[in-house]
Amino acid sequence: MPAVSKGDGMRGLAVFISDIRNCKSKEAEIKRINKELANIRSKFKGDKALDGYSKKKYVCKLLFIFLLGHDIDFGHMEAVNLLSSNKYTEKQIGYLFISVLVNSNSDLIRLINNGLKNDLASRNPTFMNLALHCIANVGSREMAEAFASEIPRILVAGDTMDSVKQSAALCLLRLNRTSPDLVPMGEWTARVVHLLNDQHLGVVTAATSLITTLAQKSPDDFKTSISLAVARLSRIVTSASIDLQDYTYYFVAAPWLSVKLLRLLQCYPPPEDGALRSRLTECLETILNKAQEPPKSKKVQHSNAKNAVLFEAISLIIHHDSEPTLLVRACNQLGQFLQHRETNLRYLALESMCTLASSEFSHEAVKTHMETVINALKTERDVSVRQRAVDLLYAMCDRSNAKQIVAEMLSYLENADYSIREEIVLKVAILAEKYAVDYTWYVDTILNLIRFAGDHVSEEVWYRVIQIVINRDEVQGYAAKTVFEALQAPACHENLVKVGGYILGEFGNLIAGDSRSSPLVQFNLLHSKFHLCSVPTRALLLSAYIKFINLFPEVKGTIQDVLRSDSQLRNADVELQQRAVEYLRLSCIASTDILATVLEEMPPFPERESSILAKLKKKKGSLNVPDIDDSRKNMNGNGNVEHNNNSEPNDVTTKSPASVVADLIPTNRPRPTSASPILLSAGIMSASHPFTDLLNLNSPPATGGGGGGGGGGRGSGSLLVDVFSDLSSQAPAPAPAPAAAAEVSEENFSRFVCKNNGVLYENQLLQIGLKSEYRQNLGRIYVFYGNKTSAQFQSFTSAVTSADSLKSHLDVHAKPVDPVIEGGAQMQQIVNMECISDFTEAPLLNIQFRFGGALQNMAVKLPVTLNKFFQPTEMNSQEFFQRWKQLGAPQQEVQKIFKSKQPMDSDVTKAKIIGFGVAFLDGVDPNPANFVGAGVIHTKTTQVGCLLRLEPNTQAQMYRLTLRTSRESVSQRLCDLLSEQF
Amino acid sequence: MIGGLFIYNHKGEVLISRVYRDDIGRNAVDAFRVNVIHARQQVRSPVTNIARTSFFHVKRSNIWLAAVTKQNVNAAMVFEFLYKMCDVMTAYFGKISEENIKNNFVLIYELLDEILDFGYPQNSETGALKTFITQQGIKGQWPLSVLPLYLNLRFLCSLQTKEEQSQITSQVTGQIGWRREGIKYRRNELFLDVLESVNLLMSPQGQVLSAHVSGRVVMKSYLSGMPECKFGMNDKIVIDKQGKGGGTDDAGKSGKQSIAIDDCTFHQCVRLSKFDSERSISFIPPDGEYELMRYRTTKDIILPFRVIPLVREVGRTKLEVKVVIKSNFKPSLLAQKIEVRIPTPLNTSGVQVICMKGKAKYKASENAIVWKIKRMAGMKESQISAEIELLPTNDKKKWARPPISMNFEVPFAPSGLKVRYLKVFESKLNYSDHDVIKWVRYIGRSGIYETRC
Repeated sequence: MPAVSKGDGMRGLAVFISDIRNCKSKEAEIKRINKELANIRSKFKGDKALDGYSKKKYVCKLLFIFLLGHDIDFGHMEAVNLLSSNKYTEKQIGYLFISVLVNSNSDLIRLINNGLKNDLASRNPTFMNLALHCIANVGSREMAEAFASEIPRILVAGDTMDSVKQSAALCLLRLNRTSPDLVPMGEWTARVVHLLNDQHLGVVTAATSLITTLAQKSPDDFKTSISLAVARLSRIVTSASIDLQDYTYYFVAAPWLSVKLLRLLQCYPPPEDGALRSRLTECLETILNKAQEPPKSKKVQHSNAKNAVLFEAISLIIHHDSEPTLLVRACNQLGQFLQHRETNLRYLALESMCTLASSEFSHEAVKTHMETVINALKTERDVSVRQRAVDLLYAMCDRSNAKQIVAEMLSYLENADYSIREEIVLKVAILAEKYAVDYTWYVDTILNLIRFAGDHVSEEVWYRVIQIVINRDEVQGYAAKTVFEALQAPACHENLVKVGGYILGEFGNLIAGDSRSSPLVQFNLLHSKFHLCSVPTRALLLSAYIKFINLFPEVKGTIQDVLRSDSQLRNADVELQQRAVEYLRLSCIASTDILATVLEEMPPFPERESSILAKLKKKKGSLNVPDIDDSRKNMNGNGNVEHNNNSEPNDVTTKSPASVVADLIPTNRPRPTSASPILLSAGIMSASHPFTDLLNLNSPPATGGGGGGGGGGRGSGSLLVDVFSDLSSQAPAPAPAPAAAAEVSEENFSRFVCKNNGVLYENQLLQIGLKSEYRQNLGRIYVFYGNKTSAQFQSFTSAVTSADSLKSHLDVHAKPVDPVIEGGAQMQQIVNMECISDFTEAPLLNIQFRFGGALQNMAVKLPVTLNKFFQPTEMNSQEFFQRWKQLGAPQQEVQKIFKSKQPMDSDVTKAKIIGFGVAFLDGVDPNPANFVGAGVIHTKTTQVGCLLRLEPNTQAQMYRLTLRTSRESVSQRLCDLLSEQF
Repeated sequence: MIGGLFIYNHKGEVLISRVYRDDIGRNAVDAFRVNVIHARQQVRSPVTNIARTSFFHVKRSNIWLAAVTKQNVNAAMVFEFLYKMCDVMTAYFGKISEENIKNNFVLIYELLDEILDFGYPQNSETGALKTFITQQGIKGQWPLSVLPLYLNLRFLCSLQTKEEQSQITSQVTGQIGWRREGIKYRRNELFLDVLESVNLLMSPQGQVLSAHVSGRVVMKSYLSGMPECKFGMNDKIVIDKQGKGGGTDDAGKSGKQSIAIDDCTFHQCVRLSKFDSERSISFIPPDGEYELMRYRTTKDIILPFRVIPLVREVGRTKLEVKVVIKSNFKPSLLAQKIEVRIPTPLNTSGVQVICMKGKAKYKASENAIVWKIKRMAGMKESQISAEIELLPTNDKKKWARPPISMNFEVPFAPSGLKVRYLKVFESKLNYSDHDVIKWVRYIGRSGIYETRC
C-alpha cells in the first residue's frame, strides 16, 4: 500500500482501492463495492454535516466505483457542494466528478453552471482555470450556451492572468469545435489575433491553435494574423538572442509554437506584401539552414523537435509553391533524410517528396534522388516505407525516366509484399500506358506484369491492353507474336490465357506465316490451356476458336471436332454449352462471306481516360494520392478529412453521369452483320456474363430490336467501356428495357394461380418470396428478396413493368427499395395494384444488382392473374341455375375438355377451386361428383359475375370445364388459367 | 461428443487441459478464458458459443470446469458428465480446490483417460473406477521432494497381476459392471437417505405460484455377495394397484399417504424392464455410496414454512418491513439452520431491525437483511420488523422489490415420500433380510424458496 500522509492523503480511499485490487473474484469485488456504497449512503444521509475533507473522500470513492463500471445514482449534490469550497483539492475533485459523471440533468446543470459562473467571476486564477477546464472537458451544448459569451471576454481582458488566458483560449477552441454556431467571434476577432503578440509564449501557443481553427472557417476575418504570425515566427527562429526560458525544448526554440504558426500560415496563400514575404522566406531559409547545422545534443528529443519544425516548414513551402529556390532546397534536405537511420524520417521524407514531385519547380530536383528511392524500394525493411517509395516513384515518373522506373517496379514486384502488389500492378500499368513511346514496350511490360503477378492483375488492366492493341495497328503483329511466345511457358496465368485468346483470335493471322506459329500450332497451344481455365476464360476461348475458323479455314475441321465433343456440346455450364452449339451451327451453316462479316475484326475502341486510373484512385481512398493533378497539401493538421475532400470531387467530376451515358452510346451502334437469330440469343445470354464477352461477337445486329440491342449493349458495353466502377450505378439506367435482356422466369407462375404465398423464384444467389393479399379490385404483394450468399448485393434495384397492353388494365405501383442487401439478409418490397379492367398478361418484376462485381439481371413474371380479384358469392341451387341460364349466350360460355395432368383427387380439386377465388357451392349440382363455383370479379370499371362448373370423368381421366361470365374475354382467360391447374 | 475438457483456477489459469478430438485447437483454452472467465459482463449462461465452438461450464468454489465441443451434443448429457466428474474427483481426493487439483493432476489425467474415450463418456462409477485406478488421492499438501517417490509408487501399484487384470476386465465389461464378486462383510448394513429440496414461489397474498420438490434417494450399502434388493415406497400407482388387487389394509391409508411422482430416473443398477412392467424397483446394489434414484413431485407438497411479508413505503425516504414466518409441520419436529433474506433497496442508507427470535443483521455488501434462527419447532411463528432509511437519488426508477428468500432444513420429506420397505435377498450366502441392519433418514432442504413482497 502506498504511503500516505495525513491531511490530503485520503487514507480511506487508498484502503478501499487496495481492497478492491485484492479481491479474488468478481463477486467479492461487487460485495466490497456494495458495502462501500451503503457506507457512503449512510454518511451522506447522516444528520450531522460532513466536513469538506470527508465529502471529498466519498466523492472520490464514488468516482472510482463509477470508473470501475458500476452505476452511480447519487452523490451529485455533494459534488456540486464541493464546488463552493475554498480549498483547491476539494474544488478539483468536485469538478472532476462533474466532468466525468455529468449528464443533461436539468436541475443539477443549473447549479453547476452557477458554480462555474462564480469561479469564473472570482479573481482567483486557479479557480478560474478549474472552471475553464471543466467547461472544456464537458463541452456540452448547455455549457456552450451559458458561457460562449463569457469566455472570449476573459480571453481578451487586460487584467487576466496568462495561465487563465491560455486555458480560456483552449476552452474556446473546444466549444468552437463542439458547437461552432454558438461561439460568436465578430467583435473579439481583432483582439484575439493580437494575442499572437502576447508576452507569454503559452498564451501565444494556445491562441495559435484557436486562430488556426477559426481561420479555416472564415479565412478573411483572420487575415491580419498573417503578419503577426510571421513576425512572431521570425522572432523565434531568427533571433538567437532572445531567451525563451521554459519554452526552449532541448535547444530548440519553442518547437510547438513554431509548428503551429507554420500550420496557421498554411491556411493562407503566400503573403502579397513584399517585405512580409521576404521576412517569411528568411524564416524558412533559417529553418532549412538550421537543419544543416550539427546537432546541439545527441538526445532524440532534440532531433525530433528540430525535424518537426523542419517538416512543417517544408509543408508550408510546398503549400506556397512559389519559391523555386526554397523548393529545391527543401527537396535536397529531404534527399538527405532518405538515407537517414531513422525509419520514421525516411517515411516522412518520402511522403513530403511525393507532394514536392508534383510541383513544377521541384520536379527535376526530386528526380535526382531517383537512385536513392529505388534503392529504398529494394532494401527498406518496413513495408509502409516501401509503399511510400512506390508512391514517390510513381509521382516522379515522366517520359524521360519511365522506362527505368517501370523496369525497377516490375523487378520489385516479384518479391513485393502481397498487400501492396495490386497497387503496384495498377501503377505500373498506368505508367506504362501514359509514357509509352513505343507500344511494343508497353505490350512487353504488361505481359511481364501478368506473368509476375497474375493474381493481382485486375480485369481493368488486361481490358486496357486489349483496347490499346486493337486501337493501334502497328503493335498488333508484335503483340500476337509476344503473346504466342508467352503462352509457350508450361504454366501460364489465366489472365495471360485471356489476353492470348483474345489477341490470337483477332490477329493470329499476322503471325500465321511463320511455320513455327502456323494456325494449327496456335490453336493447339490455346487449346492446351483450355482445360485448366475457369468458365469465363473458356467461354472467351470458344469465341477465339470461332474467330479462328474465320481466319484460317484450314483448321475448321479440327475446331469443329473440338466444338462437337461432348465436353463442349453437353457441358454442364449453360453458357459454354450454348456457345459451343451456336458456334458449331454457325460454322456449319454460314457461308464464308457471312462468317467473314459476322466474325470481322473488332473496330477500334473510342479513346477515353484509362479506367485503371479511376480504379487506382478508388483503391487509394483516404491515402495520399500522388496524383498527376496536383492535390494541394492539406491546410490544417487533421489531414485525412481535408484531403479526402480535395481528392474525391476530382474522381467524380472526371466522370459525370452524363459522360457515362455518352460512353455507352457508341458501343450500341449497329454492326454490319447479317441478321442471325442465333446470335441474338447469344447476345441475350451474355448479359448475365458480361465479362466473358470480350469478343464483341455477339453484339447484336441492327434488326435485333431495342430490347436485344439494349441487352447486348449492356453486355459488351459494361466490359470495354469504363463503367465497371461504381459509376454504372449512377448512370440513369441507360437501357430502359433490360427485361428483355434477362431471361424471364415464370416457372413458378402457374403455382400461384390458386395460392397467394410462396417462393416465386430461386437461384444460387437470390430467393424471391411472395405474400399477397387482395380485396375487391385492390391488391398488395409483399415481395421478399433473400440474399443467399454471404456477400453484399450492391446497386440493387427492382422495378415492376407492364407491357403497354397491360398498363391500361392493371395499375401497378412498386415502392422503391434499398440499394444494398447484406449477405444472408432479407429485404421486403411492397407492390400495390389496382385492377382497372380485365386483363390477360402479367406484369414483370425486373431485378438488377451487382454481386462480386458482376451485374446480375433477371426478370420474373409476377403472378398477378385475373382470378385474384374474385370475391366469392354464395348461392343455392335454384339461384345458381337461374343465373346459369341467364348467361346462356354462346359468346358468354367457354368450355374446355382436357386431360388431367395429375391424379384426380376431389379434395385437391376442391381446394384448388377455393384457392381460385370463387365460392365452392356444395350440393348445387345434381351430380355430386361435379364441382360448382360462383364469384364476382371486381375491377375498377365493372364487376363481372362468374359461374363455373367442373365435371370430372375419372375413367377417362378427363375434365370438362365450363365457365359462364358476362364478358367473353373474362370467360376465356379464367378458363385458360383454371384448366392449367388440373 | 466432448472434444476437450479444461479446468481453470479463479484467475483463468489452466490447471488441466485434455483434448480428445482434433477439431479443438489450442486457442479454445484461451477463448473460454477471455470470453467467459474474464468477460466484462458476468456470463450467466452455462453454455457459451464462441466461434462455432460450444463451451459447457460448471463452477465448483473457485474452479471452472469446461467441456468443449464443436459438434451438436446433448447438453444435458455433457452437464451430467461434468457433475459426475466432480463427484469422482471428490471421491478420490476430497474438496475440489486449486491446491488439490495441482496435487493430483496425474490422477486427474488418468481419470480423464478412463471416463472419457474419444469424447464419449464411459463408466464413471466411483466404485468401479477404484478397482482399477487404485491410487489414493493426495488430500493434504506434500512437500515437492516426495513427488518423484510418489510417482514411482503409483507405477508399482499399477502393476497388477494377470489374474487381477483379467478379473477387472471381465467385471468392467460384464453385465454387472458396478459390482465385483466376492465382497464380504461381517456386518451387513444399509443406509438410506431421502434428500429433498423444496422450491417455492409464492405471491404476497399467500397464493402458491409454483412449487415443486426434487428429491434423491442416496444409499450406502455394505452387503456381502451379490444381493438382490427391492425398494418400495408410497408411490401412488403402486399403492392404487395394490388397493385394487384386494389388499384392504392399504386401501384405507392410500388416500392420504401415497404420492404422485412426476418423473424419476434411476441408477444404472435398477432393472428398468421390471420397473416398466411392475413398477417395482429391484436391483443389485453397487458397493459403497451411490444415488439410487432421483424424482420430482409437484402435487400435495407440504410447505414447511409460510412467509408473510408486509412492506410499507413511508414517503420517499423510508420503508417499513414486517415479515412473519410460520412453521407448518408436526410440533414434535425441529427445523434447523433457518435463514430469511429480505432484500433492501439499492439506495438504503440505514436499517434498524427488531426481531423476537434469532439474530438479524443488515448486510450492506449483499443489499439484504439476513435473519438467522438456529432451531424452530413445528406450528410456531416468529416475526421481524425493520425500518429502512433511503437516500433520495436522481434515478426515477422504482425499486423492483425482489422476493424474500428463505433457507432451512427439516427432518421429513416435504413431498410426503415414505420408504415402505427395502428387502435384501442373497440366495448364495446364508444371510436373510432380517440380518441386515437398515438405517433410514429423511432430510428436506430449501431450494429456491421465495415469497414476493
